[in-house]
Amino acid sequence: MKRIYVNEQWCLGCHLCEYECAFANSGIADMVRALKGKAIRPRVRVEDAGEIHFAVNCRHCTDPVCVQSCISGALTKGEDGIVRIDKQKCVGCLTCVLVCPYGAVLPSPEGHAAMKCQLCTDNGRDMPNCVKYCPNGAIVYEEREATQ
Amino acid sequence: MMQLYIRPDYEVVRNEARCIACRVCERQCANEVHSFDPETGLMRADESKCVNCHRCVSLCPTHALKIVKTDDTYRENANWEAQTIHEVYRQANTGGVLLSSMGNPKPYPVFWDKLLINASQVTNPPIDPLREPMETQLYLGKRTVKVERDENGLLKDTLPPQLKLSVPVLFSAMSYGSISYNAHESLARAAEALGTYYNTGEGGLHKDFYKYGKHTIVQVASGRFGVHKEYLETAAAIEIKMGQGAKPGIGGHLPGGKISEDVSKTRMIPQGVDAISPAPHHDIYSIEDLKQLVDSLKEATEYKKPIIVKIAAVHNAAAIASGIARSGADIIAIDGFRGGTGAAPTRIRDNVGIPIELALAQIDTRLREEGIRDNVSILVGGSVRSSADVVKAIALGADACYIGTAALLALGCHLCRSCHTGKCNWGIATQRPDLVKRLNPDFGYERLVNLVSAWKHEIEEMMGGMGINSLEALRGNRLMLRGIGLTDTELRLLGVRYAGDSL
Amino acid sequence: MKNYPYVILGGSIAAVAAVEGIRSQDKKGDILVVGEEPCRAYGRPLISYYLLGETDLARMDYRPAAFYEENNVTLRLGVRAERIDPAQKLVTLSDGKKIGYEKLLVATGSRPFDPPMEGIERVKERFHFLTKADALALDAALSPEKKVLIVGAGLIGLKCFEGIAARVKSVAIVDLADRILPAILDETGAKMVQSALEARGASFFLSDSVLRLEGNTAHLKSGKTVEFDLLVIAVGVRPNTELVKEAGGEVRRGIAVDECGRTSLPDIFAAGDCAESFDIASGTNKVLALLPNAAFQGRAAGVNMAGGKATLENAVAFNSIGFFGTHVMTAGVYEGEEYCERTERTYKALFTKDGLLKGFILINLPERAGIYLKLLKERIPLGTVDFEALKTSPAWSAFSPEARAENFAREV
Repeated sequence: MKRIYVNEQWCLGCHLCEYECAFANSGIADMVRALKGKAIRPRVRVEDAGEIHFAVNCRHCTDPVCVQSCISGALTKGEDGIVRIDKQKCVGCLTCVLVCPYGAVLPSPEGHAAMKCQLCTDNGRDMPNCVKYCPNGAIVYEEREATQ
Repeated sequence: MMQLYIRPDYEVVRNEARCIACRVCERQCANEVHSFDPETGLMRADESKCVNCHRCVSLCPTHALKIVKTDDTYRENANWEAQTIHEVYRQANTGGVLLSSMGNPKPYPVFWDKLLINASQVTNPPIDPLREPMETQLYLGKRTVKVERDENGLLKDTLPPQLKLSVPVLFSAMSYGSISYNAHESLARAAEALGTYYNTGEGGLHKDFYKYGKHTIVQVASGRFGVHKEYLETAAAIEIKMGQGAKPGIGGHLPGGKISEDVSKTRMIPQGVDAISPAPHHDIYSIEDLKQLVDSLKEATEYKKPIIVKIAAVHNAAAIASGIARSGADIIAIDGFRGGTGAAPTRIRDNVGIPIELALAQIDTRLREEGIRDNVSILVGGSVRSSADVVKAIALGADACYIGTAALLALGCHLCRSCHTGKCNWGIATQRPDLVKRLNPDFGYERLVNLVSAWKHEIEEMMGGMGINSLEALRGNRLMLRGIGLTDTELRLLGVRYAGDSL
Repeated sequence: MKNYPYVILGGSIAAVAAVEGIRSQDKKGDILVVGEEPCRAYGRPLISYYLLGETDLARMDYRPAAFYEENNVTLRLGVRAERIDPAQKLVTLSDGKKIGYEKLLVATGSRPFDPPMEGIERVKERFHFLTKADALALDAALSPEKKVLIVGAGLIGLKCFEGIAARVKSVAIVDLADRILPAILDETGAKMVQSALEARGASFFLSDSVLRLEGNTAHLKSGKTVEFDLLVIAVGVRPNTELVKEAGGEVRRGIAVDECGRTSLPDIFAAGDCAESFDIASGTNKVLALLPNAAFQGRAAGVNMAGGKATLENAVAFNSIGFFGTHVMTAGVYEGEEYCERTERTYKALFTKDGLLKGFILINLPERAGIYLKLLKERIPLGTVDFEALKTSPAWSAFSPEARAENFAREV
């Protein structure tokens, strides 16, 4: 299953991935209308620590602890391997935010629910938008194996 | 003394209707032009620091930025242009020698653009490159061969060492120090993938790139930076740098700010101090001395590698070339006055040297007249910008072309000409790790391979159009060219007829 | 008499997780789930959201309706287990039937605890706040003129307040402890949350208790009185351990189990609110009555029941809970050295001891809190990370590049 992986040595900390994510998930076709004058709440977050930069999105873990911990069953791992949040079922208890060891699940901007990367399978894009617009190959969308 | 204010050349124009204040421009400008004002929520730009490298323009996700030439004007004066005036102000302010990067930008004639290429028709059909084989493979080296047989009557291999290329384009000398590690890695990997060569320039060869040795030409320049036994043995060929097109008559210049620890180690020089190569090699004061160095290098590498001698195109280039062809060198590289550089005094870059087109034509003619054209292959550089320039160069007598600026453009360079500051926003002409990161060799090498492969296809198309199917038939074939907008003198020097003149 | 390879007593979270655990190893063996509540599994914490109108009965289902059929589970609802005979491997149900089992899971959960209060039997409108039935009953009783008295300022009591506050006239909350949420908050944190709840109309009576109930008046130990129409008892829960105890199994505070979920009785497992876990923060066995823990335990037990191998590791108490937009996240124990950051709206307290993170409290600082929980659960020596940086904000840049590569550059 393809996931988003980080090539840390190429991340420039430019944060374009965050803006492209926010745009892709805005539901608005024009980027300026979607983002101008708004504080963005993207599902991918770039960490900047001195010389270190890298982007964090949901790992779509093989055995996701967030799915196990969800109090309403809103979090599920589908047949395609993608972990999704059903906004209708989510009540915003944020237990998933507390258990995700990557800090990849975040409180959503509306304040009610949780949100996380769903590999742009829910917004009409044909590939993750952050990967598409990364200028330096710091995040890629491909299959990789686990550490042996 | 207060410094006279010099209005910046460029203005940063931001379309506020499009700007989403994502701050990517701020994060990606090494010159700190852009900043975010939290009170207004708007981005600001300080144009005095802008070098017009277009990093921000390229990365802005809503294309809200453009860099324009300032329309702040002096009174119109065709003689005293704004740039000219500013240079006087700067020198009066600082007392310094003006330093520039990349090639001569002045509006001297470009002779490539005054030469037209033939095409076959009716009487002599063109060849379809998609149907017929096209030979773009070539060898660089000495062609004077004595036919000798051994005691069994079999031919002895007396061919001097040759460089094999699959396309008549090589990457010209750009030192590690003037450009980054990642730029070198891109060039090395592309040379390997394309079946051609890249040149280390006078920065030495980084240990990590020894594995690309078979596609590496190492340079022995006047400073002898980075030259040691392994350096010579790893390479496919050795180039003695006598001169460089951008700065004939002086040596290389690497500003101290660009000498990182790694550069210092590779080049075998101290950190922090400008590395200026001497103008001459201090052991080469005559053509005989050059022959001695050529022989020493061949002796040191067991006569297995071709030796290249690189000269700048100057007034008596033909005579110099004749001497070099008799010195035992296998290849002559000529660098025209538009050649690029990481740093050179502005006046020398803009005023010294001659066009490569003229130098090449004269050198090829002279060597043929003297019957020594086979002694050497000829490599030319100094603003070869396209496959058409390559075809014209070969028709004028070159074996192959060095590309420098074109290769950097492929890597992302925007010709802002601030390489000497060491703050290249594209990760090319810098040693700052946070900037070098911006050039991902995986992408860089792919772009170089794309460029040269595209040129190869175009060369095949043009050759096919001319009705020839191998580079041998194009080399020195002046009849394939016609001049346009050239004076009689220029036509004579180039050895081509005027367009409209038949055979 | 029917025989099942797998019998699960209890139909809630641990049971569902056990089904998933069993099915990961054994796709065939029939499973019987016996649930006392007359409905399919739902997360009990959802009942306050039901009262708020943020969910409904259909959306509260923990798994889609097809879950049971797809997993070949026979579901018997509205039935209790009365007795276990471990020698004969039989369970007797409240409807008289006897069921045979190969492997048995006791996931009977917990029940509300009623503290002794004089006059409580005479209180007509009296509620617990644990189950769906409790919520429906309370829902029917709410109206804008009613005054509500909640006994217990813990997680359940305060969530109940959140659920009903907008629908009643007033809410008074009494607790023996000197602060609200005594089990999970320190004094500073508790005061912050208390102010936020008081701003929404809650009246607190702390370090106090109900002595006597007379008509519509509660007489408190402090001498104060509180008028009420509805009484909600949310003092705590007791684990349902009787079945195992009577069958001869070891029961401490909850059903004693090993890290695989095995009780002291052969082929009998336990998981969820009725069972204990080894809490790594306190280093003791205790009942961790938390929904995620029930899921972790249930799944491990299920896997082991079906012949696989799974252990419940790194169990620790943690909570994530919001009250009218004030969000509280807590974990572990509050021992050792304390690092504290306080602003008007936010509070962070990190507790470290012996070079490890032992516990933390985060109020209105939910972002990436999972990184703190990872440090705690995995008992990561703080010397191997940049803890100074982590104190300011949880981030993976505080870990080594190798750790980052393993987690972000490879599949996990």
